[in-house]
Amino acid sequence: MAVKQKAPEDTRVVVGMSGGVDSSVTAALLKDQGYEVIGIFMKNWDDTDGSGFCTATEDFDDVVKVCNQLDIPYYAVNFEKKYWDLVFTYFLDEYRAGRTPNPDVMCNKEIKFQAFLQHALSLGADYLATGHYAQVETDSDGNVTMKRGVDNNKDQTYFLNQLSQSQIEQVMFPLGGMNKQKVREIAEEKGLATAKKKDSTGICFIGERNFKDFLQSFLPAQPGSMVTVDGEVKGSHEGLMYYTLGQRQGLGIGGAGEPWFVIRKDLENNNLIVGQGYHNDGLYSDELEASGLNWINKEYTEPFDCTAKFRYRQADQAVTVYPSADGSARVVFHEPQRAVTPGQSVVFYDGDICLGGATIEYAVKKEESVEV
Amino acid sequence: MASAIYLDHAATTPMLPEVIETITKSMQDSYGNASSIHRMGRDARKQLDKARSMLAETIRADARDIVFTSGGTEANNLALTGYARANKENGKHIITSAVEHHAVLHPLEKLQQEGFDVTFLPVDQTGAVSLDQLKAAFREDTILVSIMHSNNETGVLQPVEDIAAFVKNTRAAMHTDAVQSYGLSNLDVEKLGVDMLSVSAHKINGPKGTGFLYIRRGTLVDPLHAGGEQERRKRAGTENVPGAAGFAKAAEEKTLSREQAAADLSALKKHFLSRLEEEAVSFAVNGEVSRTQPHIVNIYLPGVQMESFLVQLDMEGIYASSGSACTAGSMQPSHVIEAMYPGEERAYSSIRFSFGIGNTLEEIDKTAAVIGKIIKRS
Repeated sequence: MAVKQKAPEDTRVVVGMSGGVDSSVTAALLKDQGYEVIGIFMKNWDDTDGSGFCTATEDFDDVVKVCNQLDIPYYAVNFEKKYWDLVFTYFLDEYRAGRTPNPDVMCNKEIKFQAFLQHALSLGADYLATGHYAQVETDSDGNVTMKRGVDNNKDQTYFLNQLSQSQIEQVMFPLGGMNKQKVREIAEEKGLATAKKKDSTGICFIGERNFKDFLQSFLPAQPGSMVTVDGEVKGSHEGLMYYTLGQRQGLGIGGAGEPWFVIRKDLENNNLIVGQGYHNDGLYSDELEASGLNWINKEYTEPFDCTAKFRYRQADQAVTVYPSADGSARVVFHEPQRAVTPGQSVVFYDGDICLGGATIEYAVKKEESVEV
Repeated sequence: MASAIYLDHAATTPMLPEVIETITKSMQDSYGNASSIHRMGRDARKQLDKARSMLAETIRADARDIVFTSGGTEANNLALTGYARANKENGKHIITSAVEHHAVLHPLEKLQQEGFDVTFLPVDQTGAVSLDQLKAAFREDTILVSIMHSNNETGVLQPVEDIAAFVKNTRAAMHTDAVQSYGLSNLDVEKLGVDMLSVSAHKINGPKGTGFLYIRRGTLVDPLHAGGEQERRKRAGTENVPGAAGFAKAAEEKTLSREQAAADLSALKKHFLSRLEEEAVSFAVNGEVSRTQPHIVNIYLPGVQMESFLVQLDMEGIYASSGSACTAGSMQPSHVIEAMYPGEERAYSSIRFSFGIGNTLEEIDKTAAVIGKIIKRS
């Protein structure tokens, strides 16, 4: 946790409260430590349906309950327009370009730790705290680094890879040092209204709804063919955006032999390239090109070795990073990697320290340099 | 905690001690059902009728034309939906303004779904509608005109008397939402020339959950829900006798002190605006001050984000508001300010202060100083 020269009781902390158990416990812990805690709910999306049901209203109700239990003031702030312009528009644009966006990374970068952080600071807050599973550490020289959450299964640094030094300096992650089970236990012990609330799954604005239906209401589906690398038509697809690389489910290709997988997307011909076998050669690559490189603390300008993740919860992989001055990077894998997906983040680690990350532009296969 | 300065009297008001006493006494002594034939019923009925007469008198109406409701929202719904449904054979067109309270706008939007045609008159930067525009919008099949007496966000008074005089010579009926004017303006339904008028108790230091709709004799209104025959079949449901008694008590107190209160509130407002100038705060008043209720001032603070500003005021113990709360506790920019000044920018940076019982010049000084401080540090 970053240290400023203030006692907890003189330190105002805004907690970003979602109505979930993590942010509830975050607020409770900080309150116990004596901080002046203010709960703020962010409304980024309106999904009010015909019956008047709105997820945000239900979630805000939970924020109200927990804040009343903790006897802390609560407010809401509306970032619907910003979220639409900066996150949702990006989300659709990426799908249109045949890529797989990561709206959580963008939301953390542009909304939670940008617009929302600014909002918190405008209220005289010294820190913004959230229920993310990550740790912020300040060394004796005042260098601030972000480390993985100790719960390896929950570690969220992958989604926080685009944060800057100046952002994390003003952030607290009180849950970074504990595991999810402990968080649930604290919530139960304290009798918090959200103790038994189910964790939210999937992308926040889609929620429990059918992903395909949701996407279809914003982007017209363009059905096309499923073909093998050799050009043999194996069936039809409902629209390239509905598929991700390495996906097996929902292809509907029968017949003998190993199961079929999505190998890549041929946007130009609107073809979904499929192949047989989990370890299909076409799914593997040796390096990737990335853009939008962000270093959280130390700037790397020379090639170096570290570990990386290409998707959330993946085990760390050994890589060599070749950073360029223009913010792009070439990342060479020490072992071939399966289903490296354009639009997702590549995130770099030195031990437990999250160094930063970038957006995957394309994966490269050494012999033939296949763009996927 | 900082001491509390309540400057949100247009949202709701604290109850007067006399009102609380009246309600408590009514709850203790007259708990009967006003429709019962026994003595407890007669007692309750007596209180209810007394309250009704007292309230009728405040607007120079006949007591039989007062229908108690659960508040201003229900009074508006009864007036609009009830009248439109009862008179749909005569026409389908309704005229209102773009700056009405949601308790008028939303029932009218529902009526649109039922096949009624609604014209929402624009306002100019003074916040008022014009009689000429109303005349231009008026049609042969116009059955109802609903224009608020004064606006709840800006305090701007509408030319209700002029509009009603015009409507009187047509086949249409005239309704006014007088929730924000009752207790401050001298409302005389004959002089105003309106057929229906909505009022709420909690805006005049009375209890929440009580209001009334004045319905001129001969004006057909369908009840909103079915049930017993209370309120001359206009509003089914056991009467809220303590609420009515408290409402009447609040109205009585307001009537006694009306002129003095208006002068005091005007002085507070004037002082507030001059103190803001002394604090070198850059601001503009939304609407024309000379045509506003004395207790409301809505100011535009260029470049200030309301969501943050209101929270900062709250943390200083100063309670004001802006726009209306929407889903999930977040704020929606005011449709009233947007109607007066097209574009969202001004609405996002405008805030309403409304004064009332208990406010002092010292509180105004403190508020102006805090506003100056917040703006300087942002």
